[in-house]
Amino acid sequence: MTFIVDYYNYWIVVFLMMTGFFIVISANNLVKKIVGLNIFQTSVFMLYITMGKVSGGTAPIVAEGVTQYSNPLPHVLILTAIVVGVATTAVGLSLIIRIKRAYGTVEENEFKHEDEAI
Amino acid sequence: MAVLIDLVLLAMLAITALRVIFLKDLFAVVMLFGIYSFLSALIFVSLDAVDVAFTEAAVGAGISTVLMLGTLALTGRTEKENKHSSLLPILVVGVTGAALVYGTLDMPPFGRADNPVHEHVAPRYIEESPKEVGLPNMVTSVLASYRGFDTLGETVVVFAAAIGVFSLLGIRRENENLSPESGFKAHRVLRVISKLLIPMVILFALYVQFHGDFGPGGGFQAGVIAAAAFILYALTFGLPYAFAVIGPRFLQLLAPLGVLLYASVGLYSMAKGGQFLDYNQLAADPIAGQHYGIIIIELGVGITVFAVMLSIFYAFASQVERSNVQ
Repeated sequence: MTFIVDYYNYWIVVFLMMTGFFIVISANNLVKKIVGLNIFQTSVFMLYITMGKVSGGTAPIVAEGVTQYSNPLPHVLILTAIVVGVATTAVGLSLIIRIKRAYGTVEENEFKHEDEAI
Repeated sequence: MAVLIDLVLLAMLAITALRVIFLKDLFAVVMLFGIYSFLSALIFVSLDAVDVAFTEAAVGAGISTVLMLGTLALTGRTEKENKHSSLLPILVVGVTGAALVYGTLDMPPFGRADNPVHEHVAPRYIEESPKEVGLPNMVTSVLASYRGFDTLGETVVVFAAAIGVFSLLGIRRENENLSPESGFKAHRVLRVISKLLIPMVILFALYVQFHGDFGPGGGFQAGVIAAAAFILYALTFGLPYAFAVIGPRFLQLLAPLGVLLYASVGLYSMAKGGQFLDYNQLAADPIAGQHYGIIIIELGVGITVFAVMLSIFYAFASQVERSNVQ
């Protein structure tokens, strides 16, 4: 049981990562691909935060009577990564809007076909 | 008990992610993604990362969902049937996943206090930052002071992303005639509730902005929450009304202003004889200097994130309106 508790978080992270990866490589629709990328990205966040956790610790804000804090460094890295993540997602989505305008579709196999016709 | 909560929440997260694969209705996919973000925020709380949970709930479940729905309004809400066999992707994912699971067995066990990640700089941040920087929230100390240079870079990246969106979608001028039909003005309940909510959301954003030194929060979260208030206003009352409150032109000025405010703190500390972003130089007392520095740069971050998020929303919403008019 301790073995499972020790590694459960990591396995879920791998599972989420692979789910996101699968969506990115198998989905035809570009919006769905972006969702897949975001799932992948969140799994990486989860990995960092999992590593920062200390059992019996508390959130890294000074409080009386607390001796054990979780590691603040992964929190800082991921906090900024989330905001940068949504900004880059917005760029990706606006690329999709332009693709829709240029090709009339956001299904990958359809506009790939149009490219070959040219 | 904490372990049990962790187990259940992570399992729910995995199920949500799995469901996304099989759904063809993209509206449902985006909604599931919102749920996925909320669940991850809950997990971040249970893993002690309150600041991160805050950001994920505001950004992942709020702004991302709105932007994705805006895209769906332009690109259609159903995914077409995929004729390709998914055998090869399953094989690739299976092999990669197996290799990664094998790799996790070499990871240090979850939650031990003597894991390598807790041995290098972290003890210094935990023990010294309340004395050196004088703030109870270590995440803010590390974000704004120890790693201030890094955060400046992140703010510039957010700003650069906004420029990317503008150059792809173009910026709508205020005086262009917009369709009067936008927004949900017919829904009285929605109108009244959002009128009540918006001042509170803005007040909360200000609290998060200026209380971030002591509790969870800071410029990133506050900027996103404040932008969410205006996005709510624009969604309920229509873009023209939102433009009358804060126009895209004004946001274009605000976004670089935040970055410049941040960078100018760095330059000022250099002029005072210190190094770039060395807040100890800002006042006679180093701790007071750290306080001034952190409050100003957090304000810069908040302004830039607010302006960028809101103007990205404006860019998307203008596209949707334009396609509705045509």
